[in-house]
Amino acid sequence: MSATFEPVIGRYMRLELFGRPHRIYVEEAGSGTPLLCLHTAGSDGRQYRALMNDARVTAHHRVIAFDMPWHGKSSPPAGWHNEEYQLTSAQYTTMILEIMAALELDRPIAIGCSIGGRILLHLALEHPDRFRAIIGLQAGAHVDPYYDLNFLHRPDVHGGEVAAAIVSGLVGPDAPDAERWETLWHYMQGGPGVFKGDLYFYKLDGDIRGRVAQIDTRKCPLFLLSGEYDYSCTPEETLAVANSIPGCEVTIMKGLGHFPMSENPAEFLPHLLPVLEKIGSR
Amino acid sequence: MIETLEARVNADEALVRRGRFLTTTFLVEVGPNAWLIQIFEGRVVSVTAGPFVMPSSSFALRAAEEEWQKFWLSRPPPGSNDLMALIKRRVLKAEGDLQIFMANLRYFKEALAKPRQAGAAA
Repeated sequence: MSATFEPVIGRYMRLELFGRPHRIYVEEAGSGTPLLCLHTAGSDGRQYRALMNDARVTAHHRVIAFDMPWHGKSSPPAGWHNEEYQLTSAQYTTMILEIMAALELDRPIAIGCSIGGRILLHLALEHPDRFRAIIGLQAGAHVDPYYDLNFLHRPDVHGGEVAAAIVSGLVGPDAPDAERWETLWHYMQGGPGVFKGDLYFYKLDGDIRGRVAQIDTRKCPLFLLSGEYDYSCTPEETLAVANSIPGCEVTIMKGLGHFPMSENPAEFLPHLLPVLEKIGSR
Repeated sequence: MIETLEARVNADEALVRRGRFLTTTFLVEVGPNAWLIQIFEGRVVSVTAGPFVMPSSSFALRAAEEEWQKFWLSRPPPGSNDLMALIKRRVLKAEGDLQIFMANLRYFKEALAKPRQAGAAA
């Protein structure tokens, strides 16, 4: 069997963030309108592998995904070994805007899932002029903790095993085995305490319930797509956000779960492509 | 339904292998009915039906019968497809030494989903 190469190119970017040098892994494929992709808590940019390999997307879009610091192939900053990682709304916002500036992205479309979807609600509110459109996957305004987060980072529980086991039920029932377990493998590979640190943003610091209705979709179009089987960000929670924002378009995707772009690309793309087309024609 | 666990878990070699460091006894309550499930190195060695006077277990999982019935459907509806989904909806109570439950979470999720194989009718 001869080898084939995907059209995905990865590079390491050196960038100062929060006053400290960082080494950040960035992947991209395609050309055209930039489409910046934000991964979920405790995972990395590989979640967008299917978008980068689909000519229907890459023919008109430059698809870009970076691994957040501490995630995937991006390192934590020097000194990390004595720190507790905790993601905040302010840091997450700064990181995204700085990386966009470093990559010279002019008003990209942004797509983000889970914590990525949540921060995009913050960005839609605070920096709408920086984006052509925002696509929130599994984006809710708030999630109450429903298990003791300390189990994610303690020496008598394997962090990778428990992270994957916590999220495994969030994958929809129709996901092909290969994509389901690829998605869970990313969770198994997370560094100690990283998933937990991301959830600090998701479950505590990033609560935007009080302000989400102020998003102005005339400044930045907002599309929300959520999977039916997601019990972390439920369809009801996504619909509540959508119904509170005039002009927000919302789709509940049957049979899909919390990781639509990664767990079941074949079912997800028919929902995404019309959204991209609509944004392109504006 | 739950009596089938012993045969079905033990027939799944990969599940037993993943549980090889797990030896414990836990309690499951399906509505008013209780079972003690004893595991030795990943194999279910006994499923004992209550009622019990003084059951000893490392932890307990308690939910109403209709919640377990939905969980055991061959295609459970959203919100009933996973133990964590039941916990999120506050209809499954997990109590006791949950370190054992969480350290082996994949094992317990897969083991307790075993009754689904029969295409369990509601």
